[in-house]
Amino acid sequence: MPKVEMTQHLYRFFPQLKNQTINVPAGSVAEALSAINLLAPGFTDYVLDDHGALRRHVNLSINSNIIMDKKNLSDRIPEDATVYIFQSLSGG
Amino acid sequence: MSDKILLGSRKGTIMIERIHGQWRPRPIAHAGIPVCYAACDPRDGTLWASLDHGHWGPKLSRSRDDGATWEDITSLKYPKGARYIVKYLPTPDFDPSAPSGEPEYADAAVFKIWNIAFGNANQPGRLYAGTIPGGLFVSDDGGDSWELNRPLWNHPSRGGDLFAGDAKTTNQWHGTPASIDYGVFEPGIHSIVVDPNNQHHLYVAVSTAGVIESQDGGLTWAPRNQGMLNDYMPNPETEWSHDPHFVTHCAGQPEHMWQQNHFGIFYSDNAAKHWKRVSAPDQGVHFGFPIAVDKSDGRTAWVVPAHSDAERMSIDGGLFVARTSDGGQSWQRFRTGLPQAHAYDIVLRHALDASGDVVCFGSTSGNAYISEDRGETWQCLGNNFPPIYSVRFG
Repeated sequence: MPKVEMTQHLYRFFPQLKNQTINVPAGSVAEALSAINLLAPGFTDYVLDDHGALRRHVNLSINSNIIMDKKNLSDRIPEDATVYIFQSLSGG
Repeated sequence: MSDKILLGSRKGTIMIERIHGQWRPRPIAHAGIPVCYAACDPRDGTLWASLDHGHWGPKLSRSRDDGATWEDITSLKYPKGARYIVKYLPTPDFDPSAPSGEPEYADAAVFKIWNIAFGNANQPGRLYAGTIPGGLFVSDDGGDSWELNRPLWNHPSRGGDLFAGDAKTTNQWHGTPASIDYGVFEPGIHSIVVDPNNQHHLYVAVSTAGVIESQDGGLTWAPRNQGMLNDYMPNPETEWSHDPHFVTHCAGQPEHMWQQNHFGIFYSDNAAKHWKRVSAPDQGVHFGFPIAVDKSDGRTAWVVPAHSDAERMSIDGGLFVARTSDGGQSWQRFRTGLPQAHAYDIVLRHALDASGDVVCFGSTSGNAYISEDRGETWQCLGNNFPPIYSVRFG
């Protein structure tokens, strides 16, 4: 099953995810995020905007490839992939 | 008179309490997270903070145990189909003739929850929140769930009902540079005024549009900008296009309303039916962002003047507070206890408040000052706070 790695910033809001191996079903990015949201209710409110699109300052990659479809989250995650969720670097 | 002050700051929420006569800050809450507004609901003591996460989206945070614990509220969202007409910052390289001339639409998402207001004592659980891009949200369950006020969102001054189709009228709501940090240029609701004597009577103020009133609990809305002057417009007495920086009223005499506007200080003694400019530019009492009004005397107000929009900081390096007690006919300037050299502070629109004889303000330079004699003399609460966005007595 695909594995998920995420910025430690998100553990502040979802401490139940810290030090956990997070696996999600292979499928679309939208399906993967829904699966994480079951583990940590409210998770998608932090990475997705009002309409379910990826927030402007959040990045999500499948292995080393930043996803293309940030609106409908339709990029496919292969069985052996790792999904990375991280923030854009900004600010001081 | 309150013994508690809430600061919303660039790096979190700071509560300052008066204990044995000394004002002492508690350890910061929401550490590291920008808080653009923090306030205490006077009806039940619930603390509220508007979190301005750069990455994770705006959130409300609520504490029902006086700040011991906080919970994030994520339910304030625009409904599907909420659209608005895009405006562009008129930078020097912006060519207004370049777009097709047709309105350009965007799906609304919350960029900033700029203001939180509380319903009347007889409306337990009623809360209001004003956002960029210009939404008024209402909650009737203490903030658990929120609903967009559609009559205001669909107002003819915004192009009409854009849920139903394209614009039928001309959009009169313009952007505010306050949102430039976020790479957007959208209108924002920064002031929400609830009539303490009539729960159906509300005002909102929009940068940039003006003051808008509802007398039926938000079912219908009408502009209340008569007497307002926008000196940059060909016709300064335009019905719209005004830039109130903050609008408030006297709790005990709510027909007395005040606004610190981009173009001076304006006062109304008839519930915004007519405004009158009452600033005193020759005394430096004209431009600024915040304004506070005495809770019982509607003719008494405080401002923290700044140099014009060309500089947006204290005048000639010296910080002062001005007070009127005659509806703006005259102003007194108070400097005792405030720095008079090398001070380059700017006090933002929500960063001044008054409670009884106590007045407090904070600046984006991280300085906070308090007066316990109605603004005449000042003491410093601290010089090393993060940039301060809001100051509210609890």
